[in-house]
Amino acid sequence: MSRAESVVGDLSELPDYNFGSTSLGWWGTIGFMLIEGMGFVLAIGAYYYLLPYESAWPPEQSPPSLLWGTLFTAVAIASEIPNAWIKRRAKNYDLPAVRFGLVLMTLVGVVLLGLRAMEFTALNVRWDQNAYGSIVWALMALHTLHMATDTFDSGVLGAIAWLKKFDGRKFSDVADNAMYWHFIVWSWVVLYVVVYWTPRWM
Amino acid sequence: MATSDSTIESQRERGREALLRTWSDRPGFMGWLTTVDHKRVGRRYIATALVFFVIAGILAMLMRIQLSQPENNFLGPDRYNQMFSMHGSMMMFLFAVPVMEAVAVYIVPLMVGARNISFPRLNAFSYWIYLFGGIMILAAFLLDVGPEAGWTGYVPLSSSDFSAGKRTDFWAQMITFTEVAALCIAVELVATILAMRAPGMTLRRIPLFAWSMLIVSLMVIFAMPAVMLSSSFLISDRLVGTQFYNAGEGGDPLLWQHLFWFFGHPEVYIIFMPALGMISSIVETFSRRPIFGYTAMVLALVATGFLAFGLWVHHMFATGLPPLGNSFYTAASMMIAIPSGVQIFCWIATLWTGKPIITVPLLFVLGFFALFVLGGMTGVMVASVPLDLQVHDTYFVVAHFHYVLIGGAVFPLMGALYFWFPKFTGRMLSEALGRLQFWLFFIGFNVTFFPMHILGLMGMPRRVYTYPSGLGWDLPNMIASLGSWVIAGSVLVFAFNVFYALRAGRPAGDNPWGAPTLEWATLSPPPPYNFEEMPVVRGSEPLWPLDTDLPVMTGLAKDKREALLTTSTDALPATRWAMPDPSIWPLWSALALTVLFVWSIFSPWGVVWGAIPLAVVLTVWFWPKRSEPSLGGGE
Repeated sequence: MSRAESVVGDLSELPDYNFGSTSLGWWGTIGFMLIEGMGFVLAIGAYYYLLPYESAWPPEQSPPSLLWGTLFTAVAIASEIPNAWIKRRAKNYDLPAVRFGLVLMTLVGVVLLGLRAMEFTALNVRWDQNAYGSIVWALMALHTLHMATDTFDSGVLGAIAWLKKFDGRKFSDVADNAMYWHFIVWSWVVLYVVVYWTPRWM
Repeated sequence: MATSDSTIESQRERGREALLRTWSDRPGFMGWLTTVDHKRVGRRYIATALVFFVIAGILAMLMRIQLSQPENNFLGPDRYNQMFSMHGSMMMFLFAVPVMEAVAVYIVPLMVGARNISFPRLNAFSYWIYLFGGIMILAAFLLDVGPEAGWTGYVPLSSSDFSAGKRTDFWAQMITFTEVAALCIAVELVATILAMRAPGMTLRRIPLFAWSMLIVSLMVIFAMPAVMLSSSFLISDRLVGTQFYNAGEGGDPLLWQHLFWFFGHPEVYIIFMPALGMISSIVETFSRRPIFGYTAMVLALVATGFLAFGLWVHHMFATGLPPLGNSFYTAASMMIAIPSGVQIFCWIATLWTGKPIITVPLLFVLGFFALFVLGGMTGVMVASVPLDLQVHDTYFVVAHFHYVLIGGAVFPLMGALYFWFPKFTGRMLSEALGRLQFWLFFIGFNVTFFPMHILGLMGMPRRVYTYPSGLGWDLPNMIASLGSWVIAGSVLVFAFNVFYALRAGRPAGDNPWGAPTLEWATLSPPPPYNFEEMPVVRGSEPLWPLDTDLPVMTGLAKDKREALLTTSTDALPATRWAMPDPSIWPLWSALALTVLFVWSIFSPWGVVWGAIPLAVVLTVWFWPKRSEPSLGGGE
C-alpha cells in the first residue's frame, strides 16, 4: 500500500445488525418487492389492455364466483394482525413470540393456499379459452407463486427459530419477512378488485 | 520515532495477514467453483461476455459474407434467419447488458470503498445462471433449434403457427435466464451503492459511474419484468394454449410489442448509461480536473432514466397509432436528446478547461463523441413519424442503432477496459497496440455501417438473406462487408494486446493514471479484502491531490468477514455487517433453476416438479451452518 493512511475514527463499537435501511436484508426485500410489484403492475396493465378488444367482459362466461375469493381476501387482511404483531415482537427480540408467530404465519399461508386452490376452481373460465381467461389465470398464478414463496420462507425461518441460534440479525430477517407479507396481502387486495370486481363493474 | 514506525508497520503487516486468511478463497478448483469475491465473479463475467461478443461478431461476419454480393448462396434463408436472430439476441442479452453490469460488479464496490458487493452469493448465482443460459442457447443453435424470429421475437411470427418446433421456446427461455441474472445484479448494485458507501461519501460525492449504475439498476428493476412477462406469455401461448397474442380469441399481437418495447427501449439506455458513467471517469481522470457541472450531470442521468420509460411506442409508429399518440412519443423521443446533450457539453467543458492527456481510454471517448452524435442525429430523424414510416425496417435503422450501440456503448466500454485493465490485472495494456486497435475499429466501424444509411434510404429492407442485382445495392453492400473484416482485425489486436499484457505487460502500480476515485487507493489487482481499513471520503475526488494521506476508519474485524454499512444519504457509519463465506450452494441453485427452465420448454410440469429440488437447494443455501458462525450458524 503506497499511500499513507491517517486514522480518523473507529468502527468497532457499531452494532452487527440493524433494522431497516442499514441492514442489507431490508434492501434485498425491497428490491425484490419492486421487481415483483412491477410484474403485477404490467400484468394488470395487460388485463386492461385486452379488455376493450371484447364487446363483453368476460366475453362468454360469468365472472369469477365471489365466495372463495372474498373469503381469501378476508383471511389475508385478518392475517395482517398477527403479521404486524410478529414484526413488533421481533424488534423486541422476543424469541418465544417469534417462534409462535412464525409457525402461525406459516399455517395462515397454508390455509390461504388451500383457499387459493378453491378459487382456481371457481374462476368460471379456463386459461386456454380466450385471452380473458389467460390473463385472469396469469394474475392469479403470479400472486400464488409469490405467496407460496413467502409461506415457505416463513416456514424455513420458523424452523431456524426453533432449531438454531437466533441472533439479532435473524430478528431483523423476521421483520423483513413480515414486510414482504404486507406486500403479499395488499397487492392481493388490488388484484382482488381487478379480477373479481372489474367484470362486474365494467 | 523509528521504532514506533516499525511497530506500526509490523502491526499492519499482521493485520494484512489476518485479512488475507479471512477473505481468501479456498485453493484450487473448489475455490474457483465456490468463490463469492466480487472481483473474481466480475472478471469471469466480463470474460464470458467478451466471448459471447466474439461469437455474435463471427455470426455477423458470416452474414456480411452472404450479403457481400447479390444472389449469394453462402447461407440459406433458414440459417440466415437463425443467424441474425442469434446475433441480435446474443449481442443484447448475452453481451451488452451483462458486460456493463459485469464491469460494475467489479468496480462499484471498490469505487464506493466496500469490502465486497452487497450480496456476494447472489452475485455468484447470477453469473452461473447467465453462463448456463448462454450455453443453452448456443447448444440449441448448434442443434438447429436456434431462434429464428429476430431478437425482438414479434408475434405472430414467433407464434406456433409460424415458428413450429422448439426454436422460439429456447429463445424465450434464454431471456428468462438472462433477466434473472440481470435483476440479481441490479438489486446487489442498488444495495451496494445506497448502503455500503465509504463514510463521508454523501449523495453529492458519489462518483458519476456509481450514479449511472444506480440509475441503470433501478431501470433494470422496472424494465426487465416487462420482458419476462412478455416472454412467459409467449411460451405459455405456445406450450399450454393460452391466448394472449391470438387475435382470434380476444388476444392481441400488439400486446407483445407494447410489453417488449416497454422493456426494449429502456434497455437501450440500460446499455448506454453505464457507458456515460465510464466516460465521466475517463474524462475526469485525463482532464486532470473535477468533472464540469457534476449536479447537472447527475440530474441529466436521472432525467434520462425517467424519459427512457416514455418512449417505447416510437418503435411502433408503423403499427397505426392515434395521431395524438404519435405526437406525444415524437416529442418525448426528441426530448431525451436534451439530457444527453447536457452531458456531452459538460464533458467538452471538462476537457476544454482541463489539461487533457490523450491516452487510449480518452481516444475511445473522443471516438464516442463523433459516432454517438451521428447516431443521435439519425435518432432524432427516426423519432419523426413521417421519416420513420419511410425508413422503418430498412438498413437505415440498422445503421442508426449500430451507431448508437457500438458508438455509444462499445467504444466507451473499450475505453473503460483499457482504463481499468491495470486495476483488474496489475498490468498495463500496450498504448501503441491500443491506438492501432482504436483506429482499426473506428475506420472499420464507419466503413461497415455508414453505407447502411444509404442502403436504407435506397430501400433495402433489414433481415433479408439476399437481394437481386441491379438495384444499386451491390457496391454499398460490398463495402460494408469489407469493413467488417477491419473490425475483426481490431478485435484480434485487442485480444493480442490482452494476452501480451497478461504475460509481459508493464506492472501498473496502484494508480497508474493518477485517477481520483477509491478503486485506485488499493493494490492492483486488489487483495481479496479490497481495503485494509475502511477509507473515508472528504470530497468528490477522494484521491486528489495525489500526495495526501488517505483518511481511514479502523475497527472492522480482521478475523471474520465484516463489511461496513452506512446510511443512504449522508453515509454515516451504521452497521458492522457479517459477509458470507465462499459457498457451493449458489452453483447448485443455479443448476436446479436451469433444470426447471429447460424442462419447462418441453412440459409445463417442469415448473412444478422442478420447483422441488430448487426449494431444497435454496433452503440449504440459507440454512445456518456450523461452519459459518458469523451468519448465525454457531451453537
